[in-house]
Amino acid sequence: MANSSISKKNAAEVRAAQVPSQPLSVISIVAPAVGWLIPGAGHLIQKRWIRGLLLMASIVLMFVFGVLMDGRIYRPNGGDILDILGFVGDVGAGGLYIVSLARDLGQGPIAHATADYGTKFLIVAGLLNFISVADAYHIAIGKKP
Amino acid sequence: MSLALSHFNAAVLFAVFASTVFGITQRNNVRDQVRYGLYCFVMFVGGVLLAGWLMWLLRR
Repeated sequence: MANSSISKKNAAEVRAAQVPSQPLSVISIVAPAVGWLIPGAGHLIQKRWIRGLLLMASIVLMFVFGVLMDGRIYRPNGGDILDILGFVGDVGAGGLYIVSLARDLGQGPIAHATADYGTKFLIVAGLLNFISVADAYHIAIGKKP
Repeated sequence: MSLALSHFNAAVLFAVFASTVFGITQRNNVRDQVRYGLYCFVMFVGGVLLAGWLMWLLRR
């Protein structure tokens, strides 16, 4: 039992050593950064036009719907764990989050059920943008077509 | 301006956006992306309907 887990671990290490390390290129740093700041832009600068536009439309619309539904936008905080996680989700939306904070949007009380849905829309828009950023990075390093 | 959506409409909108992103990011070619996006959408909306009926049964 112990031997088999050790041999599996060794096999995984051997496989990892065989995978050639990707050279760090400018685009592999710029694409995720731009993709975080402007959802979908990480794909657009790599000429993945349709994918980029669809990602941009989905994430931006989800965020805008969240704001229109009176969802709450979390500020940086060190309080309740759910508030911290809410901030982590929201900050994924990048530029949308920054603009919303600058315009003081999403700071009202959650007075009805729709506002609670809106809060979830805002958090998930940020989390989806994190996935989009990871995808832009994988395209940049050639791991994905 | 405030938008008041029903729970179901909000869930369908959520499913549309999340499925689009999942489809594009989790598969490599266009055909697989469309298929996976549709699969996610059906699962999201199907899950909502199933949960709704389960709650209706529990309430009775």
